[in-house]
Amino acid sequence: MATQASRAAGRLMLSPAVILLLAWMIVPLAMTLYFSFLRYNLLMPGMEEWTGFDNYTYFLTDPAFFDALTNTLLLVVGVLLITTVGGIALALLLDQPFWGQGIVRVLVIAPFFVMPTVSALVWKNMFMNPVNGLFAHLAKALGLQPYDFLGVAPLFSITLIVAWQWLPFATLILLTALQSLDSEQLEAAEMDGASALSRFRHIMLPHLARAATVVILIQTIFLLSTFAEILVTTNGGPGTASTTLTYLVYVQSLLQFDVGGGAAGGIVAVILANIVAIFLMRMIGRNLET
Amino acid sequence: MGQIELKGVTKRFGEVEVIPPLDLSIGKGEFVVFVGPSGCGKSTLLRLIAGLEDVSGGVIEIDGQDATPLPPARRRLAMVFQSYALYPHMSVRKNIAFPLRMAKMDAAEIDRRVESAAKILNLGAYLDRRPGQLSGGQRQRVAIGRAIVREPAAFLFDEPLSNLDAALRVSMRMEISELHQSLGTTMIYVTHDQVEAMTMADKIVVLNAGRIEQVGSPLDLYRRPANLFVAGFIGSPKMNLLNGADAAQHGAATIGIRPEHLRVSRDNGTWKGKVTVSEHLGSDTFLHVATDQGLLNARVGGEVEARHGDTVWLTPDPAQLHRFGADGRALS
Ligand SMILES: Nc1ncnc2c1ncn2[C@@H]1O[C@H](COP(=O)(O)OP(=O)(O)O)[C@@H](O)[C@H]1O
Ligand SMILES: [Mg+2]
Repeated sequence: MATQASRAAGRLMLSPAVILLLAWMIVPLAMTLYFSFLRYNLLMPGMEEWTGFDNYTYFLTDPAFFDALTNTLLLVVGVLLITTVGGIALALLLDQPFWGQGIVRVLVIAPFFVMPTVSALVWKNMFMNPVNGLFAHLAKALGLQPYDFLGVAPLFSITLIVAWQWLPFATLILLTALQSLDSEQLEAAEMDGASALSRFRHIMLPHLARAATVVILIQTIFLLSTFAEILVTTNGGPGTASTTLTYLVYVQSLLQFDVGGGAAGGIVAVILANIVAIFLMRMIGRNLET
Repeated sequence: MGQIELKGVTKRFGEVEVIPPLDLSIGKGEFVVFVGPSGCGKSTLLRLIAGLEDVSGGVIEIDGQDATPLPPARRRLAMVFQSYALYPHMSVRKNIAFPLRMAKMDAAEIDRRVESAAKILNLGAYLDRRPGQLSGGQRQRVAIGRAIVREPAAFLFDEPLSNLDAALRVSMRMEISELHQSLGTTMIYVTHDQVEAMTMADKIVVLNAGRIEQVGSPLDLYRRPANLFVAGFIGSPKMNLLNGADAAQHGAATIGIRPEHLRVSRDNGTWKGKVTVSEHLGSDTFLHVATDQGLLNARVGGEVEARHGDTVWLTPDPAQLHRFGADGRALS
């Protein structure tokens, strides 16, 4: 769009879509913000009143809040670690020529198509259950004590379940990135005397950096809102051992019927998510440039 | 340093034999050009020498030592790829230093060698740029720089100029020839362009479907092509080939005469024909003449007044006539 007139026309044409999207975002956000300053409990309808920052004070001083914050970060970082490292390893494996490659590649993406509640329940009941789970049977077959995954290490178990779901996504993106690497670059490095490990470090990893950035950014957005897996496995427990911010907001507004407190928690979560986003963009966002 | 010997080297991809058993010897400091049509196995042969492909049979010796089982890095050969294969996330300096870093050379020596390579190749001003910020010719030079810092026993080039424009191609051709003069290292150069082969080579290897058709100096191949394939491939414009009665007259199945060895006359000669196209280059004039023997090309020095439709006579220089037998081989 070169001329003044065409640029103005362009803006005009674009504006309905932009305004619609803006309203879509702004209205819920504004209402949440509004509720967060009200004393609004569903058990006492019609008694809403202005309370200033009380909701925030209660939410932030709730002993569960700090647990939820660390749990959220642990979950996100843990899943990111497992999926990027595992994704790169799997992508390297799947990039090798082997018999049955097509079928294996299809199978690898299968977990991504299983909905979170289903996969979490399958993991909980069929694998991690300390009495009937496969892992328990395996442990008993080896003469070991079965391990109560969700009871003893609930956050770690949920991290595993969520990582299992997201591994295919990371693998797929990293595999396509790996396949776009010019094979002559690898051959040139081979002639330059680079060992397989050096070729991976100096040629493949830098080539994968951009794809890994995309994987990390997209996954962070979705992982911050992990909910279903927690709800169907541990309900945030034992205690608050697996309660994340998202789950805490749910507890506040729908189990304690405190809409005002939940809204305050939501706003806190939005602010924290933005802090994380800024950090991420600072740290790895420059990979996306040029 | 830089003597390469191929003995019965064979390459098969599955069932397809791309290189039938082939013997070739490349001397110390020679500039050898593999030339042949696209798909004839030039790159494959070069990659076999480099060690990027395993031979299906035969032995490759480098400096008298059996190199067949050696990995590419241990053959002391450096390769310049058609796509340049520069590392896009490294600066020019790091690209050139990469083989030295891999060899765990100390930093001062790396710096010294990179600086000297940059000076030879006029890359001094670009050392801190990324390959993406360079022009095609500069990238080419970085690729060459990365090859020369290793001080290899021989250089391998795979169609290094095919991504450059015509003017740059001519100047890079000269630069590579000069580099060969100053380094004195063996170079093996692959191209499908016979002009590059003729201008650069000490020795040309003409390949066709994986077989060696002829090995010799550029002028050898020009003066005494061993067979019809080489006769048709070397020289521009192409040699005129005639069969039938004209050939029988000279006791051959086919005779060949180069365009520059045809005399053009307005009023008498051996073959009469009509000019279909005349190309005026200033220094030369190329005439395409439709005769009873078929379309013949003639090349005349200087400017010749000839237009479409003019009648001309063409006379071959008998001393420059090439005779070929029914099997396509040259008759002496
Ligand atoms: N990796 C490969 N697998 C199967 N066939 C190949 C492979 N590489 C090359 N070829 C075949 O070998 C022949 C020679 O190829 P190449 O050496 O690249 O020719 P060029 O002379 O154009 O460089 C071609 O017919 C090509 O199809
Ligand atoms: Mg080729």
